Amino acid sequence: MDAVRAFMRHPSGMAGLLMLIAVLIVAISAPFVFPESPWEMIGAPFTPPGEDGMWLGGDTLGRDVAAGIAHGARVSLMIGIASALAAVVIGVLVGAVSGYFGGKTDMVLMRLTELFQTVPAFILAILLVAIFNPSLTTIILTIGAVSWPQVARLTRAEFLRLRSREFVEASLCQGESTARIVLGHILPNAMSPILVVGSLTVATAILLESALSFMGLGDPNLMSWGFMIGAGRTVIRTAWWVSVFPGVAILITVLAINLFGEGLSDTLNPRVSRRRA
Amino acid sequence: MKGAAAFGLAAATLLVRLVAVILLIATFNFILVRAAPGDPAQVMAGQSGASDPKILADLRQEYGLDKPYIVQLGTHLARVMTFDLGYSYRQRQPVLTLIGERLPATLLLTLTAFVLALVVGTTLGAAAGLAAGSVVDTIFTVLSLLLYATPVFWLGLMLVLVFSVTLGWLPPFGYETINVQMTPFQKVLDIGRHMIMPVISLAAIYLAIYARLMRSSIIEVSHQDFIKTARAKGLAGPQIVVGHMLRNALVPVVTVAGMQAGALVGGAVVIETVFAWPGLGRLTFDAVLQRDYPVLLGIFLILSVVVIFLNLATDLVYRLIDPRMTTGAA
Repeated sequence: MDAVRAFMRHPSGMAGLLMLIAVLIVAISAPFVFPESPWEMIGAPFTPPGEDGMWLGGDTLGRDVAAGIAHGARVSLMIGIASALAAVVIGVLVGAVSGYFGGKTDMVLMRLTELFQTVPAFILAILLVAIFNPSLTTIILTIGAVSWPQVARLTRAEFLRLRSREFVEASLCQGESTARIVLGHILPNAMSPILVVGSLTVATAILLESALSFMGLGDPNLMSWGFMIGAGRTVIRTAWWVSVFPGVAILITVLAINLFGEGLSDTLNPRVSRRRA
Repeated sequence: MKGAAAFGLAAATLLVRLVAVILLIATFNFILVRAAPGDPAQVMAGQSGASDPKILADLRQEYGLDKPYIVQLGTHLARVMTFDLGYSYRQRQPVLTLIGERLPATLLLTLTAFVLALVVGTTLGAAAGLAAGSVVDTIFTVLSLLLYATPVFWLGLMLVLVFSVTLGWLPPFGYETINVQMTPFQKVLDIGRHMIMPVISLAAIYLAIYARLMRSSIIEVSHQDFIKTARAKGLAGPQIVVGHMLRNALVPVVTVAGMQAGALVGGAVVIETVFAWPGLGRLTFDAVLQRDYPVLLGIFLILSVVVIFLNLATDLVYRLIDPRMTTGAA
C-alpha cells in the first residue's frame, strides 16, 4: 500500500498513468463508438478532418481515420502487453537459470544473450515475421524473441545478488527443492525490478510492432497504427492527416508507458533510481 | 613492442569473434529455413522461383537437400565462409552482389547519424548537466522524453511534411538530383542536402539517449573526489571540465553507444524506406514484399557484421578515453 501512496505522489508517473487510462478507455470503447469495421469505407476518399462526420478525416479509400486509431489502440496495446509478457517469460527463464546455477551454464547462456543483443533486433524481427507469415501470434512471439535479453541480464544480476543471502542458504539447509527455492524465495524478491523492465518493454514492443506494420509486416486482418502511417506515407502531400494522427497516437501511448514505468521504478526501487538519476 | 603485441592480440580476437558470429548466424539462418513452413527449396527459391520445378530441382541438387541435415549444414557454412550468400531468383542476381551495391549508401547514412548523435548528444548533455536544474535543463529533459516515444519512421515523415511539403526547403526523398549536370563539388553538396532529413530522423532518438546519459554522468562525476582535488589544486573551471569531467563522463555514454549499434542499424532500414534512400532498407522492403528470403537472410548476416565493426569502433574509443584503461596499458 505504501508503494501505491508513494506512486501517487510521483507527478510524472501519475501523468503517465492517467494518459494510459485514457488510451485504455479509447481501446475499450472502440467497438461502441465506432461499431462499423475500421476497414469500412464510410465517406469520400481524402475527406479532410472535421468533414462528413470524420473528426480526424478519411484516408485514401474514405475509411475513418479516427475509427482506425480507436481500433488500432486495441491491437497496439494487446500486442505490446502480450509480447512484453513473452519477453519477460523468456528473459526470466534464461536469467534465473544463468544466475542461479552459474559456471558453464551461465557462460553459455550469457554468450547467447550477448549474441542476441549484438544482432540488429529489428532486422531479425523482419526476417522471423516474413518467414513465418505475419499473424497476431507470430508477431507477438517474434517481438518477445528479440526483446528478452535485457530482462535476462537483469534477472541474472538479481539472482546473483540474492543467491548468497541467508534466507536462501537457510532454505538450502532445510533441503528444499531447487524449484521451490527459485520460484518461492528468490523470484518474489527479484520481482520489482523485473516488473519495471517489463513495463518499459511494453513501450518498445509497441514501437517495434508499429515499425513492422509500417514495413508491411502487420497482421493483414488487423487495423494497426503502423499500417495506417505506412498507407498514408505516399499521400502525405495531399492528405497529411492520414499519417499524422496515428503517429500522435503511438507517441502518446509510448510516452504514457515510459512515464508510468519510470514512476514505478522510482517508487519500487528508489535505491537504483537515485543512482541512475 | 608491447603496443604492437597488444594490437596483434586485439586484431586476432576480433577475427575470431567475427568468424564465430558469422558461423552462429549462418547456422541460425540454416535452422530458420528448415523451420519455415514449406519445403526448404521453396523457401530458398523465394516466391518467384517456387513455381518453377526446374529451379526447385536444381536447388535440391545444389544444396544436397536430400542429404542428412549435418551434411547440409556443413555445405551451407562452407558456402557462407566463401562469401556465397545464395541467389535471388526474383532479382536474378547473387545476394552478395545485391547487398554489396547498396551497402555503401546504408553505411554513409548510419555512420553519419552515429557520429552526429554522439557528438551533438554528448555536447548538449554536458551543457545540460553543467546547468542542472535550470530552465534549459528542464526543456531538454521534456524534449528527450518526447523523442524517446516517437517512432523513427513517423519522425521522418513529419520532417518531410514540414521541410519539403510545406516549406519546400529540402528534397523529400532520394539520394541525389537526377538528370542534372553537376561538378563533383556540387554533387557532394547535393547528396548532403538529401542526407539532412534521413540523418536527423535516424540520429534523433540516439541523440536524446546519449544526451540524457551524458547529463546524469556529468552530474555524477562532478560530485566525485578527484574533481574536488582538482579544484583544491587551483585548476580553473574550464580546465576541470575538459580535462577531468568530460573524459570520465564519456565512458558510460560510449559503452551504451556500442550496445545500441544494432538498434541504430535496424532504424536505418526503416528510415531508408521512408526517404527512398538507395540502401539496404529499400532492398529489405522489396524483399519483404516479394518474400525474397535469400536476400533477407543475407541482409541479416551482413548487417550483423556491420554491428560488430561498430562495436569494435566504440571499443577503441572506450580504450582511448577511459583513464583506467590507459594507466593499465602503460
